[in-house]
Amino acid sequence: MTKEEIIEKVNPLLAEEFEVEESDITPDAIIKDALELDSLSLVDLVAVIEHTFKVKIPAADLPTVKTFEDLYNYIESHQA
Amino acid sequence: MSHRVVITGMGIWSCLGYDLETVKESLYNGKSGIVIDPVRQELGFRSPLTSFVEKPDLKKKISRNMRTFMSEEAQYAYAATEQAVAQAGLTQEYIDAHEVGLLYGNDSTAKSTYEAVSKIYEYKSTQACGSGAIFQSMCSNTTQCLACLYHLKGINLTTAGACASGSHAIGLAYLLIKNGLQECIIAGGAQEVNPECMGSFDGIQAFSDRIDEPTKASRPFDRDRNGLVPGGGGATLIIESLESALARGAKPIAEIIGWGFSGNGDHISTPNVAGPQRSIELAIENAGIDKTTIGYVNAHATSTHAGDGREAMAISNVFGDYKVPVTSTKSQTGHECWMAGASECIYSILMMKNNFIAGTINFENPDEETACINVIGKTQEAHFDTFLSNSFGFGGTNSTIIVKDFKE
Repeated sequence: MTKEEIIEKVNPLLAEEFEVEESDITPDAIIKDALELDSLSLVDLVAVIEHTFKVKIPAADLPTVKTFEDLYNYIESHQA
Repeated sequence: MSHRVVITGMGIWSCLGYDLETVKESLYNGKSGIVIDPVRQELGFRSPLTSFVEKPDLKKKISRNMRTFMSEEAQYAYAATEQAVAQAGLTQEYIDAHEVGLLYGNDSTAKSTYEAVSKIYEYKSTQACGSGAIFQSMCSNTTQCLACLYHLKGINLTTAGACASGSHAIGLAYLLIKNGLQECIIAGGAQEVNPECMGSFDGIQAFSDRIDEPTKASRPFDRDRNGLVPGGGGATLIIESLESALARGAKPIAEIIGWGFSGNGDHISTPNVAGPQRSIELAIENAGIDKTTIGYVNAHATSTHAGDGREAMAISNVFGDYKVPVTSTKSQTGHECWMAGASECIYSILMMKNNFIAGTINFENPDEETACINVIGKTQEAHFDTFLSNSFGFGGTNSTIIVKDFKE
């Protein structure tokens, strides 16, 4: 899956799951702020990515995934 | 000091309706809430019969993150509690300033647990089940969620007493308030409605397989009964001391005057006569009333041969020559299991306040065991000011509540 395809898939998915406007999901936006995540609901982000892309984000890697750009890159580089 | 214990609010989310007025009409008109569930048919259930209960739409009321923690049964519980709190005039300001308690009956979280564990197996990852799974998988999920949503600071406890769970919650609330340990408690019962919860119950062939006539399948006390029909939803009562109600300016609807309970000390699923009888006797004794002042009995009767017959004998043994009117609202709702003790108190209060007894639909002929009591088959206009409500459960747990119309 190309990065563009990942973005096309992940943005509406996250908007629906976390009940935010898709327009709030921009490459530079901070994921935690845009999706209103706390320490618990952060797990839901990991679960959604795992269900959709079969990509696991271990806890140790989470600090590196701050913006949506980081997330797209992470999925792109870790997909099977 | 002993306190009078009153009910100031009620809320219901059941197959008979999603507000008190609709449920009252359904009761009066003998409406059945039973349908065939095609999913259960596909899954090979012996009986695909169930009550039909809509899922409440809580999207505009509760944040996404909070809803993630809420199981199906917690959502039903909230939908019922929202109504009860409104009717009782229980404001958030009052709740914030007092130790309002929470006692709620529930005894399964099968669907939530199944879905969470399935994801772990599928993805070989515990994070795959998401943030809500741990909370949703606990029997206390309903009380966890309600306590957080309403910021409750009093007792916070789920009563898991099988099909008497809701009744035990009300009984315990009554006891705590009567003895001055709490002033106001949100009490009730919730029951999930899904194949995951009822598959194993179907497996022991406890359900009616009258598939050709779904609305006639639940027929408590009737000679041709052949098993129960599962149901569910949520039911909430606001229970408080009379002093608390009057101080808030709330209008008491009814008064809880007695609670009885017992254990059968016998078989895990087959009930006996002695256990239920002791529960009824204790409730009447604790209420300090003459049994003939009880104008109506809402029976536990689930439409099983053994259960209905033995409850009839227990009622007959207690009431003797006084042929108190008896019905089972489960003829209309199916067996609302963990919720039943709470919902059936509400159904009975609706009847009491509106001067009727909802008939046991599908009751056509008694059998040798059930002929000893006065089962009402058709809805009757009737005035009564005290009723008794039975709830019994697996493992031989029994609970009986006595409620009186409120008079100063």
